[in-house]
Amino acid sequence: MKGLAVDARGVFAKLNPAHSDGVIALAGNPNTGKSTVFNGLTGLNQHTGNWPGKTVVLAKGNYRYKSKLITLVDLPGTYSLLANSADEQVARDFICFGKPDATVVVVDATCLERNLNLALQVMEMTPKVILCVNLIDEAKRKKIEIDCPKLAELLGVPVVPTAAREKVGLDKLKEAIHQMVFAHQQTRPRPVRYNQEIEAAVAKIQPELEPYLRGKIDARWVALRLLDGDTTIITEIKKYLRVENVEKAPREQGELKVVKCYK
Amino acid sequence: MGDPEMTLACLPIGHRAQVVKVGAEGLTRNRLLDLGLVPSTVVEAVRKSPAGDPVAYKIRGAIIALRSEESRLVTVRPLA
Repeated sequence: MKGLAVDARGVFAKLNPAHSDGVIALAGNPNTGKSTVFNGLTGLNQHTGNWPGKTVVLAKGNYRYKSKLITLVDLPGTYSLLANSADEQVARDFICFGKPDATVVVVDATCLERNLNLALQVMEMTPKVILCVNLIDEAKRKKIEIDCPKLAELLGVPVVPTAAREKVGLDKLKEAIHQMVFAHQQTRPRPVRYNQEIEAAVAKIQPELEPYLRGKIDARWVALRLLDGDTTIITEIKKYLRVENVEKAPREQGELKVVKCYK
Repeated sequence: MGDPEMTLACLPIGHRAQVVKVGAEGLTRNRLLDLGLVPSTVVEAVRKSPAGDPVAYKIRGAIIALRSEESRLVTVRPLA
């Protein structure tokens, strides 16, 4: 897959204007009401823009809460962040290199199972995640009850139920974002543990990557992507972080055939 | 039990089956797994497009269209 045509750090600067107090990324599967959450939070204070070099539309908007100006970036709706498509790559690169102050993952309460894949993927990249369980009213109609405190405990990140169409829960979501960005609330996302073969390979690669990444990106996450055979991540790391020779670090790449394990 | 395994592409409309194996490699494999096609997932063939391909499948609460080049890589066991 081709990389971004323009130095995206300029794009990120535009997405994160100096007068904004915090930048929040909004991620989610298609049809979860992500854009309704976005519209509900930002009102009319938004505009859309193309990601340079790609036909992927990103919407950006602002809102003020407790005198802080928050910029919200609505990422493309995706099932995954493994960069299988331009949409997924843009979403991944923004969360990874755009360094948002928090990422809100909007999930559909009526089929949580399908949506948690993306939430877990985001939690592997950054601990600053808030889960927004949207369409909670529709779930109730379908006799589905979501135990949000239990979900928060299991995932290790804040969980906020919303019905964005009815404007229910949006204030709680703003408060959760505020707590994470300005009160530096700590999360403890429970990491996904893979099988022994994969974990052994990660244990070898991760320490070799750390000096190159210098804490800018989660080294475990990069190690997992390399085991996936994803080479786009190397190109992007070099471009955004100006890290040289990162491809020389992981000697395991290609030597191991790893079958992704969801169990 | 005695049901023979088949590819998802062969599953008739209106029938349900359980995923046994995803035979694809690389990006296609990732994509199918991300769509929820992991072993033991129950899939239902919902409808065919006018040309017969792609076919819409109900997978874990969402309707997803797959082309036969993808669906024939998925091995399923039909459910009664």
